[in-house]
Amino acid sequence: MIKRMFIFMMLALMAIIFFNLVANYTENTSLSKLAHYYVEKGPQEIGAPNLVTAVVVTYRGLDTLGEVTVLFISAAGVGLLLRRKQRKHNNQQQKKSAKETVIKQKSSSEIVETATELLLPMIILFGVYVFINGHLSPGGGFQGGAIIASGTMFLLLALPESHISRLLIAITESLSGFSYVVIGVLGVVMAGGFLDNRFISSGTYGNLFSAGAIPLIYTFVGLKVGFELSAVLDRFRKESNDEEDDPV
Amino acid sequence: MNTLINFPISLIVLSSGFILILLGLWGMLTQRHLIRIIIGFSLMDTGIHMVMVSIGYVTGGTAPIINNAVPMSEATNLVVDPVPSALVLTAIVIGLGVTAVMLSFAVRIYKTHKTLMIDKLTESKW
Repeated sequence: MIKRMFIFMMLALMAIIFFNLVANYTENTSLSKLAHYYVEKGPQEIGAPNLVTAVVVTYRGLDTLGEVTVLFISAAGVGLLLRRKQRKHNNQQQKKSAKETVIKQKSSSEIVETATELLLPMIILFGVYVFINGHLSPGGGFQGGAIIASGTMFLLLALPESHISRLLIAITESLSGFSYVVIGVLGVVMAGGFLDNRFISSGTYGNLFSAGAIPLIYTFVGLKVGFELSAVLDRFRKESNDEEDDPV
Repeated sequence: MNTLINFPISLIVLSSGFILILLGLWGMLTQRHLIRIIIGFSLMDTGIHMVMVSIGYVTGGTAPIINNAVPMSEATNLVVDPVPSALVLTAIVIGLGVTAVMLSFAVRIYKTHKTLMIDKLTESKW
């Protein structure tokens, strides 16, 4: 009971703080100094019409690298927590249980299978479109990667027996993460600093191949995020399959 | 009170963000089921994102993307602050990663204890 009281009191105090913040809130009428600089100089310095991309990829590029690392660690953590204890089962049992799962799962209907084959490439293509056009239009590596992962989710829901190569995921993920850092170092060597995008000529303003290395960086970020999230989804799928016929 | 009469549009986002934070916190503190606690965390996360986005709003501003509607010369008067947007963009992905890790912990706990009620998980209680 006293616990409830404490919780209630704490929430009430926070509500009072929040209410004061809301009551004294006035909308900004002009940009802050930093934002003013980014908006004024961003298009000329970086060559990207999308200023959020300019901030995420170049001005605050190091933060984005750290953030990609956090995502990688969380994906690795999920992989560690949901790893299967393969050593305990011997191979035959493994095979047997795998066979049982295949039989147990009802296969999808013809319509679902055909629709998946038709739609899945389009979803992945749309994801690629979103992250390649990240410097021109709303979108970018994280959004594009999330769309690719939603394609994976679709595949796992529609065709539950489909197999996703873990090796392919690992290789793509590591290579794109590595290339991201290499591009950052190239920026130090050939341009102004770490993750400076101007070591590639910035091209015509507003074209697809412009803004220096931003499309490249966002492609790597998109691939990395997409494959990492796909790996996480695959882990959870494997886990739920195990749960069904796990006697433990 | 003057601000409430003028009612800026970002105030809606700000106050709903704060309400979501309170709701999520309440859920995390009072619920006894692990999945509900995780849902509470996600609600609080979303609320924080909404508060951050609304702080970056500038009256009458539009998305910070230079195009025909927002010419480069007048951009500073027309767009919202791109910095909180960029921050929230990354914060959403981090929130997703954290939620995934929490859910996998829940899966592991269910596997070993066959329960998700935190009252039954007494060995880490002090």
